[in-house]
Amino acid sequence: MTKLLYFGRLSDITGISEETLELPSEIDSAGQLRIWLDRRFETNGALLEPTIRIAINSEITFDTASLAGAQEIAFMPPVGGG
Amino acid sequence: MLRVSSERIDAAEELRAFETLAAQAGGIVTFSGQVRKEAAGGIVKSLFLQAYSPMTEQGIEAAMTEANTRWSLDHTKVLHRTGAMLPGDTIVFVATAAKHRRAAFEAADFLMDYLKTEAVFWKKEDTGTSSHWIAPREDDYSDAARWTKKEKI
Repeated sequence: MTKLLYFGRLSDITGISEETLELPSEIDSAGQLRIWLDRRFETNGALLEPTIRIAINSEITFDTASLAGAQEIAFMPPVGGG
Repeated sequence: MLRVSSERIDAAEELRAFETLAAQAGGIVTFSGQVRKEAAGGIVKSLFLQAYSPMTEQGIEAAMTEANTRWSLDHTKVLHRTGAMLPGDTIVFVATAAKHRRAAFEAADFLMDYLKTEAVFWKKEDTGTSSHWIAPREDDYSDAARWTKKEKI
């Protein structure tokens, strides 16, 4: 099982801030997961935007990153505090 | 010292504590960021701050380490709120102490630019009639870019 987190405005788009699910075995990279989720939520490319970064187990990664050993995957829109 | 929490920040109290901690320093600079009463979307009813622990804390810790590498600082303190806040509430408190003022001013400025553009937070503004997530402004990014090439003073 993998925990998926949707931060900031993404939780409004997906309708949830987190979920835990069994990912299809054919999905083995962060980029493939992005495409699969965008279709699943019917978000019309919102999850495909390059400004949305993906963190695997709290490490920011590239779309080519493997999902092997991924326990928590976060989808992060542009950040900013203060 | 770093604290990211939903706990209320009392900037005056934090300054007093920091003055005691940095009693040997020549200068102290503090910055308090407050929730605005008015924003582009209208009158602000509340602001919600979301963090991703421990990534948020690790990033700020790294920025504080970077500040200590660039400037000779005696002490550094960063406090940041999460959760729901009301207009006038302190969102962020940054304090730096150094032997001389310039290092303290610049380090506080540097840390605020980091917090505004790179710290792992998401902000949602509620105006009563609408609520929307806020991204950093262009000015925030150009302010942060000032530090890309900077010598230690």
